[in-house]
Amino acid sequence: MIDLVAPFVEFGFMRRALVGCLALSISAPPVGVFLMLRRMSLMSEAMSHAILPGAAVGFLVAGLSLPAMTLGGLVAGLTVALLAGLVTRSTVIREDASLAAFYLISLAAGVLLVSLRGSQIDLLHILFGTVLALDDPALLLLGGIATATLFGLALIYRPLVMECVDPLFLRTVSRSGGPVHYAFLGLVVMNLVGGFQALGTLLAVGLMLLPAIAARFWARDLGTLIPASMLIAVLASFSGLSLSYHLDLPTGPAIVLAAGALYLVSMLAGPRGGLLYRLVKPRHLEA
Amino acid sequence: MSAGAPTPGDIRLNCLTLGYDRHPAVHHLDGTIRRGDLLALVGPNGAGKSTLLKGLIGDIPSLDGQILRGMPARTLAYLPQADEIDRSFPLSVLDLASMGLWRRSGAWRSLLGHRGAVQRALEAVGLSGFEARPIGTLSGGQFQRALFARLILQDAQVILLDEPFTGVDARTTDDLIALIRTWHGEGRTIVAALHDLAQVRAHFPKTLLLAREPVAWGATASVLSPQNLARATRLSEAWDEDAAICAHDHAHAAAGLDAPGGGHDHAHAHEHGHGHGHHHSASTEQRETAA
Repeated sequence: MIDLVAPFVEFGFMRRALVGCLALSISAPPVGVFLMLRRMSLMSEAMSHAILPGAAVGFLVAGLSLPAMTLGGLVAGLTVALLAGLVTRSTVIREDASLAAFYLISLAAGVLLVSLRGSQIDLLHILFGTVLALDDPALLLLGGIATATLFGLALIYRPLVMECVDPLFLRTVSRSGGPVHYAFLGLVVMNLVGGFQALGTLLAVGLMLLPAIAARFWARDLGTLIPASMLIAVLASFSGLSLSYHLDLPTGPAIVLAAGALYLVSMLAGPRGGLLYRLVKPRHLEA
Repeated sequence: MSAGAPTPGDIRLNCLTLGYDRHPAVHHLDGTIRRGDLLALVGPNGAGKSTLLKGLIGDIPSLDGQILRGMPARTLAYLPQADEIDRSFPLSVLDLASMGLWRRSGAWRSLLGHRGAVQRALEAVGLSGFEARPIGTLSGGQFQRALFARLILQDAQVILLDEPFTGVDARTTDDLIALIRTWHGEGRTIVAALHDLAQVRAHFPKTLLLAREPVAWGATASVLSPQNLARATRLSEAWDEDAAICAHDHAHAAAGLDAPGGGHDHAHAHEHGHGHGHHHSASTEQRETAA
């Protein structure tokens, strides 16, 4: 029987990793819930690629410096989100297509920049994260992002829900539709940048979306979906870190695979449309 | 064409042209929607009814001409066609109806104090007991009732309805028409895009018959004449990629409005004859008119 708590008691770097992942676990999944409900799940994948050139520029300028890479990632992500939104609102191209165009440009530029100087190891560092080497600024950043995300979501919650369900209605009663949409994209970018510190760009999306999608099998309305997704993310972070310690696995993939396992379990056993409940098929009600 | 600010509560349309990609969907529409009007918007598919309603709430800009509203654009209430709303979103009936409170509550103020009003609105549309139901589990008629509850809570002076009874059964339709008549009695302005002419004749004192061009606007009985309906069918559904730039002279408008009935009247003399058939003749005639 492997001891789940011991590594966190014993090692400071494991405690730091846990705190960082927990911060991300309460900020990214709610954003993922909205992405999923807006059928924009894959958009976060695109955005995570769009961040790369910014991080690469930061890396080229300042080496493995957290502020530089974070700032670069934020700038690149927000630029792509804004440009895609702008093109969508002023031409006939739909948002997914314009986003695809911009993120591809951005990703290619990022790969080019990284290969200009960095060695293979540096690239892996960016792609798979540095969760076991979180220093104080990194933890503060993750905590700050979690705080800003939760307050931000609380601020735009009502118009954001309305924009998801009936955007035309929101347009008829208020001008807030556009700003709310961009604010939401900003939250997505911010969480991806945070996730890329802990899990790497390739896997940042995992902790955002897998818990959200898994939560759909446990909860029916928004008020329970969001806490359920946070809980699943916390479980995934904890078990992923534990497993990676005991089995000597890379942490980022271990956490995302843990989230993936929780998703599979939810899909099988979740009470809201899970496969097992379909097989059992309880008798229909009278009315 | 009279310009200047309209009387408060009225909406004046000055030679209004609305459309997409330069092609007009509503062409040179003139007239005034008076305060307290109960106006039916009638015309074949593609006649520009939805376009006009979206223009009135300011959702699409006009290509030409103007809309002069005697009230702020955001105080108009609008009922979209049901398929424009994402019903798979996990939202309760109570929340959907509560959206109507936006002008009072905004993004942050509590809705608790309005609980009674929401309850009464749901009761008025016959949805008491449905508060917690997700909107995805409602039938078409129930969903339409929920949207009417939202309209009640919006408490708007001008209410625009886009095909409110499409896919709705007779009982629900009767209930909702009763609601519309109550609004009319309260002095609100109501504009509804409709397809059922019997319904329009029974409940709507005024009608605007639209077929891209305005065909007729006035008292329902005189507007819905067989001649007007036949003309509406001929004028509609022409989207000519190579249409010339509209010269906007009055001869053009007159040619559109006063074209003789021709040989198609017999097919449209009864109520439900409009809205289908005769596309070949319609498009050729339109090409001649546009040229």
